[in-house]
Order: sequence, then structure tokens, then C-alpha cells
Amino acid sequence: MKAPDYRTPRVGIDSAEHQAKLYRIWETAPGVKGFFTTVDHKVIGIRYIVTAFIFLALGGMEALVMRMQLARPNMALLTPDQYNQLFSTHGMTMIFLYASPILSGFSNYLWPLLLGSRDMAFPRLNALSYWIYLASGLFLYAGFLTGNGPNDGWFNYVPNASRPFNPGLNEDFYALGMVFLGISVTVGAANFIVTAFRTRAPGMSINRLPIMVWGTLTASVANLIVVPAVSLAFFMLWMDRQFGTHFFDAAGGGQALLWQHLFWIFGHPWVYAIVLPAMGMVSDGLPVFCRRPLVGYSLVALSTVATMILGFGVWVHHMFATGLPGLGLAFFSGASIAITLPSAVAVFAWIATIWHGRPVITTAFLFFSSMILLFVIGGVSGFMTASVPVDWQLTDTYFVVAHLHYVLIGINVFPVVGATYFWFPKMSGKFLDEKLGRWNFWTMFIGFNVAFLPMHLTGLLGMPRRVYTYNDYPGWATLNLLTSVGAFIFAVGVLLFFVNVLKSLRVGAKASANPWDGPTLEWSVPSPPPAYNFAVIPTVASRHPLWESRLEEGGTVSSLDRGLLLDQGKETIATSALDAQPDMILEMPEDSYAPVVLTAGLSVLFVGLLLRNWIAVGVGAVIVAGGILAWLWPSRELREREPEVAHG
Amino acid sequence: MSNALNSSPLGYLDAAGTHAQRILPLTLYTLVISIVVCVVITVLLWLAIRRNPVDSRLAVHEVPVERGGNGLRWISVGLSISAIPLLVALVWTMMVLAAIASPPKKPALVLDITARQWWWDVHYNGERPSDAFDTANEIHIPVGQPVLVRLHAADVIHSFWVPKLSGKTDMIPGQTNQSWMQAETPGRYLGQCSEFCGYQHAHMQFEVVAQSPAEFAAWKEAQLRPAPDPATPEAKRGQELMETRCGMCHQVRGTRAGATAAPDLTHLMSRKMIASGALENTPGNLAGWIDVPQSMKPDSFMPNQDLSGQQINDELAYLETLQ
Amino acid sequence: MAEVALAQPRDLPVGPLHRQGVGWWGAGTLIASEAALFAYLLFSYYYLGAVNPVGWLLEPAPDLSLALPNTALLLASSVFAWAGESGVLHRSRALALTGFGVAFVLGTIFAVIQVFEWKAKTYGLGTSSYASLYFVTTGFHMAHVVVGLLILAALFLWTVLDYFSPRRRVVVSAGVLYWHFVDAVWLFVFTTYYLTPYLGFGR
Repeated sequence: MKAPDYRTPRVGIDSAEHQAKLYRIWETAPGVKGFFTTVDHKVIGIRYIVTAFIFLALGGMEALVMRMQLARPNMALLTPDQYNQLFSTHGMTMIFLYASPILSGFSNYLWPLLLGSRDMAFPRLNALSYWIYLASGLFLYAGFLTGNGPNDGWFNYVPNASRPFNPGLNEDFYALGMVFLGISVTVGAANFIVTAFRTRAPGMSINRLPIMVWGTLTASVANLIVVPAVSLAFFMLWMDRQFGTHFFDAAGGGQALLWQHLFWIFGHPWVYAIVLPAMGMVSDGLPVFCRRPLVGYSLVALSTVATMILGFGVWVHHMFATGLPGLGLAFFSGASIAITLPSAVAVFAWIATIWHGRPVITTAFLFFSSMILLFVIGGVSGFMTASVPVDWQLTDTYFVVAHLHYVLIGINVFPVVGATYFWFPKMSGKFLDEKLGRWNFWTMFIGFNVAFLPMHLTGLLGMPRRVYTYNDYPGWATLNLLTSVGAFIFAVGVLLFFVNVLKSLRVGAKASANPWDGPTLEWSVPSPPPAYNFAVIPTVASRHPLWESRLEEGGTVSSLDRGLLLDQGKETIATSALDAQPDMILEMPEDSYAPVVLTAGLSVLFVGLLLRNWIAVGVGAVIVAGGILAWLWPSRELREREPEVAHG
Repeated sequence: MSNALNSSPLGYLDAAGTHAQRILPLTLYTLVISIVVCVVITVLLWLAIRRNPVDSRLAVHEVPVERGGNGLRWISVGLSISAIPLLVALVWTMMVLAAIASPPKKPALVLDITARQWWWDVHYNGERPSDAFDTANEIHIPVGQPVLVRLHAADVIHSFWVPKLSGKTDMIPGQTNQSWMQAETPGRYLGQCSEFCGYQHAHMQFEVVAQSPAEFAAWKEAQLRPAPDPATPEAKRGQELMETRCGMCHQVRGTRAGATAAPDLTHLMSRKMIASGALENTPGNLAGWIDVPQSMKPDSFMPNQDLSGQQINDELAYLETLQ
Repeated sequence: MAEVALAQPRDLPVGPLHRQGVGWWGAGTLIASEAALFAYLLFSYYYLGAVNPVGWLLEPAPDLSLALPNTALLLASSVFAWAGESGVLHRSRALALTGFGVAFVLGTIFAVIQVFEWKAKTYGLGTSSYASLYFVTTGFHMAHVVVGLLILAALFLWTVLDYFSPRRRVVVSAGVLYWHFVDAVWLFVFTTYYLTPYLGFGR
């Protein structure tokens, strides 16, 4: 019998039978099969978060070893080669394997809950983006752990990365691994974009989206467009190294600067992509602890987009010393100074929210509010380097190292830890320990500033970056020792964070659905949420559905208890892009092996490329092609094809 | 610490050359603005948190939600105030850029500097070929006169940086960049490679020695002379060793050692440092550097020589003559 | 008492209907990303061409005798792909199969001719940066053509299996969109490598 093409979905209230029905439809099978086939965004989100935190720990340990080497002048704990692999792997790990995936993890977990939906638009693609992230991370670390780690810095300039100067496998691991990882980022970005525009709860118009959604959406649009630049650059590098092409070598008509342009056209938007979602987490979390809505929501949303748009036009500020013509330098310098303005909007909005609110000091609040200061410190050092002549002294010194750590740790790590304290109760049904949380916060905050605040001075005193040792020039030894000590204190802080998480998972205090009395939709479902998220799809009438009675904004209120039941299958609602009017019932895919099979195929393919084993490449390609075909085969359940007509 | 501020040899908060001097006030301006902004934000943040204290025994959900005051003025006022120092920085940046970006029209001296892993190949141009010469790692310039440096790279990207005289300019294979310096006071100024270039990037330094025009002329005269013939038997043996071994990579004008893959040693003893700023030029260091360079600058391109004691003595005896 | 907003939509489509469906959006994002890739390839061409001296162009007057007809072939294949989708839209199995089938054949001929063109070049991948760019750019395009051919073949097969109808055709729309994208990219690549030298770039 043909299923109807159109349906009027039933509206009703929740009940035990309804929940049981939804549970049967949505719950992942237990055991090994479920582990490999699940497409539940919450499971995928947590996997991302756990994996990213593991990489954070690895990258941190790499940093600590470096800080031991640099604690005193002229130490010989590490050889130059070891040091070079350490600083390069540290950068690669933190920027590619931690900073972006952690935000993908939180976004993956939270978005459907924030948006009032039952899953992301492409659940299988979601699983694929995680598996590829894991596989490419392992691929990259296989290089490092076999002594073939990247050794030319995370931005990997040619010709030092080219074959004549780097004959080993190091750069091949890095190049191919990054192309591999790029696939994960791209499909993840596609998923976020389509989800943001098509699968929201009815009534969640574009001006009611949580800022975190704005942040991740902006980052995803940027990533979609710029990741191909770096994938191409790495591919060209691999071609130069393995097939004798001449993209980057001057003798063959290539240009070393072509690498830098392609890399930074990607690299600069990327660094905004790894902070804008985190800024969104602060914009959504901080107001809860100030017991009032965010000040200047529209301005903050717009400034998020504006920052990214401007962020496309500043990449040359990483190349100010390369001998480019003055007019170009002037333009990019101006743009780089101007970009501080939209970034500043968020800072003022946050301070205003605290000022005009009633801040309740919790660990989450401490992380969210302290990041404002760290943001500003990182921002002003960026402002200093935006001026070309000043940059000609500051660049490639420890001043830039100080700047980048303030912006990355200040605008990514601190918000992420705060976000963990904030949303851990939702994810696990338990609170993180507040007392341990204070120790966690203060060790991280003090350790970080002891390590990196003096580093500005180290840079002003001329210490260059990326040196495995240094002379005993006035001031350098003391400052480096201070930084090393601070780094270890900071590491203890991070350790306390991990301890708190592990401990609280076992014995944490129980948390209700809305332990913080927060305003957004994720707090209207149980902690942890059931597989189907919302038993009843809410209709949203404001930015703060759960605060409407308190804020008395007048007009209509949201409907949380009564709404679309969508229980005729694995279903969620699709809505129009701007106004979120319901316009389609979406059938969602079941758990599937396709993502993990595809990842396995890609892994074989990339290992084949690394070792130049063309049979493996062929086998991998066949698995990938077959996997994609099976995945995209039109499915009746998803209504991608007509059902067979019944006979008789 | 203020001593350190002025005496760190690679620090640039004190400037001795025109290029760096024009940058310094802008650096200090942006630094001061930055510090002021950080202090202001810290104060505002502190006041904001402390303003409406909540009974610390209350849990979050026990503190009522309120709409609160309209805080939009924070954003408009904050942006307006921020825009002013930014605008000043913008305009001042353009002015300094215009002043220093172009090399001098009539330089007193033109140098061609080629960066190699991990040393500096310096070529002094002259009007006639007999006026031109090569040296390495120690650059002498006359005080108070503009010097044009044309920057080349033989292998990977390096960067030329003498903080007290001028800002950085990269040296990129396949293109020639230009920079300039003009020392206002005589002295020795340290330089450092400023783009990661491989294993010994950390030990790729050089010195710029600014001298009075008379001293510079004397130095130049001396540099133009070829190496003298060795007088003593040890020195003769040393020269032979130089020609047969060191000459594979090094040049000593006036002998048969004529390769250009490594620094020109014709006037080695006129330099204060060896191994591209890694070591003081003392007999002990020199002996160690010649025999076991890998222990002093691991992974550099000079292989360990495995010399006998007498060979080392002979070599030192010869090198002593290369003043 | 504030009014409660409650969405009570009637007669919603179930699953993708006509062209509407998240799958179409997904194909769109994929295409955007791949388009960016080609934009960077062409950027590399224009950048290297601008900084290299005259003589960088190994073919200052590129031979259009194969490339121009080949371009026309590819454009024609897009027309047939569009016809194929039209056949699905109007319930004409014959038109659909003809459309996808002929598009597949034309696309294959395009690929074969391109390979001939590659073999006829007097330079190789490692000759110079121009050569490297030429082969990698047209090579990436070829890879996208091959993927497109596989998609057309799949659409053909699925049409044989009677999967689609005027309502259930989002898969067809997404696949044909991809093929049009491959065509559009070729126009940019063709213009850059074969036409701009005649307009003076690099000469």
C-alpha cells in the first residue's frame, strides 16, 4: 500500500505510551553493532568531545616537554629534530585535532536540543565526520609516533617542507593526513549549514537562534569555502614531493609564496572558526548566570557574521614581512585593525550583561567571565601586530606566541571548560563538583597567566619563535623559567578538570532537567535527554522559551508541552529557512554501517597514497565508491523513491 | 628589568637605526593603548561582577530572572571609544609605512646577502670587480649612511632581522627582497634569522658592526686583501690541510681553497663570532668547532673532521694568520 | 493571559517531494565546496602567470581544435541530463533513459578526448609550473567528470528500476545539478587555459 505523500501531523501532549513508542523507534541497538552504526547526534557529539580532549592532553604533554627544554638556556634535553617535531605536532594537534573538533562536538550534541529538533539534518554524515576525524587523527599521530611527525611548524612553509629539504615521510604524513581531515571538516560544515536552515522547531525564526548556533553556522560556511584552499595546498605539496610537479619551487616556475597565500586564505578564517562557536557558548551560557538575557543579541549575531566576513580579507597579515608591495600591505593592515571592532561588540555585550544582571558565581561563570579578559589581552596584542611596521619587529618572536595562546586558550579553551561545567548536567544527569571546580579554575587561570603574560615581554626582548634553545641574554632565562613553571601549573589545572569530569561521572550530584533554570530548549528535556530528544516538538515564540513568564515580553508564548508528536516513524520536522514555518516531515535514516565502512575505505586509500601502494589505493577507492553508492541508494523509508505498487 | 629592556641584544624597545627608530614610537603607542585597554576592561569586569552581589548561599535557580536594564549603550559607547585609538593607529601606521617601506634612493653601500642553512653569505658590491668581496656573518657598515641590502635565499625561506636597526624582511628563494638600514650610533648590533629554516634556525645569527666612515674604509681595505702566505711550518701544514679539506666547501682568497658552499674564511680572525653567531671566536672554540662541529651545532652541514691533535694545532696556526 | 503559539500545519509533504528536500541542500553545499576548490586552482594559475616572466605559457596560442568541440560536447551532455530530469518530471521513462544515457555517452566521449589531448601534449606533469597546473586542474576536473558519469549511470539504473516519479525525484535533481556543476566548472577552466592567452594574459 502506498504511503501518503502528504500528511497532517498529529498535535498532542506527551504520555508514557508515546515515549515508549518513540524510544523503540529512536534508540540505538546496544553492543558492538550499535557502537559502530549509531547516528545519534548526542553519542557522536560526546565521542568528538572525548577524542578532542584526549588530543588536548597529548598536545599539552608535547608542550610540557618543550617547556622543560626551554626552562633554561642552552639545554640539551632534546635534539633539534625532536624539538622541531614536537612544536609542529603540538601546533597541529591543538589547532586541527582539538580546537575545531571540540566545538564540533559541543555543537553536534547541542544543536538539535537548542533548535527543538530530533537530530541533525544528515545523521549518517554526522557519524562519517566523526569517524574520519578519528581516522585522520590516528593517521597523523602514526607519523609522530614513528618519528615521522610534521617538522616544519603547523603552517609548514615551503621550500623547507619540500623534498630536497625534507626527504623523510614527515611531510607526507602531514600533507595526506590534512587532506583526509579536511573531508571530515567539510562534511561536518555541510551538515551544520543544512541543519541550521532546515531543521528547527516551528517558530524558531532566524532572530531567535541561540548565539552558539550563529557562531557554528558562520564558522561552517567559512570552513566550507576555505578548507579546499588548504587541502589543495597540501595536495600540491604532496605532488611536488612525490611526482616532481613545480607548484612551489622557483626553479620550475613555482612560487614559495603560493603556498603561503593558499594556506593563509584558509588559515585566517580557520582561526575565527575555532573561536566564534566558543564565543557563542559564552553568549548563551553567561546570561544564565547573570539571570537575564544577553545584551544586544542582534548586534552580537551580526558581529559574528561581520567578523567572519572581514576575516576573509586579512590573510596577508601573516605575510607582512614577505616583501609584498606597500599598497597591498596597507590594505591588509587597515582591514586587520578594523576587524577588532566587530570582535569588540561581543566583549561589550558580555560586560553589559554582567553589569546589568545579578551574577551568580559558579565555576562555569568564572570561566565564562574570565575569558572576557583573556580575549581582550589576546585581542590587543593582535591589534599591535596588525600595524605593519610594528609587526616587522613583533612577528616571529615570542610576542606572537603569547598573542596566539591568549586568543586560542582564552577564546577556545576557557569557554569550552566553562561550557562543560554548564552542559555536563544536561549530558550526564550529574553536576561537576563545584569545589573541585574552583581549584580547577584558579590553577588554570593563574597558571595560564604566569606562563603567557610574561611571554609578551620575552617577545619584546627579541626572543625568536621556534628555536630549540637560546642564549643567556638579559631577561630571557628568568622569563622562560617563569613560563615553564606557569605551564606546569596550568597543566595541573587541566588535570583537575579531567579528574572532575571522571569523578563526577561516577559520583556527581544528581541534576534535574533544568538545574540552572536556563531559558533555552535544551533545558526542557530530561538530563540526559532520551534518544529522541523531544517527545513533543515545541513551538517557539521567543529567544527564551523557558523564561517567558518571568520576562513578561507580552505577545505569544512558546508551547512546550503541546506540539507535533511525529511518531509515525523516525521523524522530525523541517522548517523554512528564515521564519521556521513547518514545511516538511523529514524521515530520518536508521543506524548504518556505511559511515564506518567508508572511513575504512578512505583509510586504506590514504595509507596507500602515503606508501605509494597503488593497489591499496585502488582497493580503498573501490570500497569508497561502493560505500557511497550503497549509502545514496534511494531508500523507500526515506521516501527517496516510489514504493512498489501492490499487486492483486 | 629596565636594564634588560635596554640591554637585550635582540630587543627592539631601544633603537639605534633610522628604520627601527621610526617604528619604535608607534610600537610604544600601541603597547600603551593595549595596556590601558586591558586595565580598563579588568576594572569594568571587576566592578560588573561585584556590583549586584548575590547571597552566596543561593543556587543559580534560586536567583530570580529579570529583564534588567537596557545595556545597548555599552556597545555603542564602547565601540565609539575604541574606534578612536584604532583610527589613530591606522593613520600613524600608514605614515610610518610610507616613510620606511621604500629603500633609500641613494644608498652609500649596497650589499647582496644570501641566506643559507644556517649562515649569512654577504657580498659587498663595488664599482669594479676588484672592489667587491665576500664575507660571512659579520657585516660592517658606515655609521649615519643608508645601506641597501638585497636579500636572497639559496635554499629555504629565511628572514633578515637586526632589531635595533630595522624590522624584518623575509628572504625567499626565487625572489629578491630589499631592505635598508642606517645606524645612527656606532656599535655592534645582533641579528637573527626570523623564519624557521630547519634544524639550526636557533643558531643562525649575525652581527652588524656600525663604524665611523674612516674605520669602515680601513676594514674594507683589509677585507679586500687576499690571505698572506704562511710563514711557519705549522701554518704551512695548516694551509695545506685547509686547501685539501676545508676547501671542499670554504673559500680563502689567495689559496687554492675556492668553494662557495660555506663561509668565506679569508679574514676569519677579524670576526668576533664563529658558526654564525653561535660561538665566540676564541682558539678553544675554534678548535672544537673545526673538529666536532656536530657537537656544537648538531645537524648543521659541517661534518666532524676527526683530526689529530697536531692537525688541529697546525690548522689553528694557519687560521691565526687570516686576520 | 498570553496567547500560546502552537504550530498546527496541515498537509505537510512527507519526505522529499519534487525538488524540495534536505538532500538537495546537501548536494548544494558539496558543490559550493568543490567550486571553491576550482576557484583556488584558477587563482594559482593567475597568480603564477602574473609573477612569472613571459614564456611561462607553454602554449601561448592553445590548440582549440579538440578542446572547443569537446566543450560543446559537454554542454550538450548537460542538455541531455536536463532532458533526463524532464523525462522523470513528465513521467516519460523513454525520455529519462535517453537523457541520462546520452549524457553518459557524451560525457564519456569528453573524457576520452581529454585523455587524447593529454597524451598529445609535448610537456608533462613535471615540466614546469604551468604544466603542473594544467594537468592537475584538468585532472581534478576529469575526476569530477568520472564521478558525474558514475552518478549518471546510477540515475540510469535507478530509472530502469522505476524508482522515480514526478514527486519522488530529488535524487535525480541533485545528481543532475552535480552534472551541471561539472559542466560549469569546465567553462571556467576552458576559458582560463584556452581563451585567456588569446586575450593577452601571460603574453
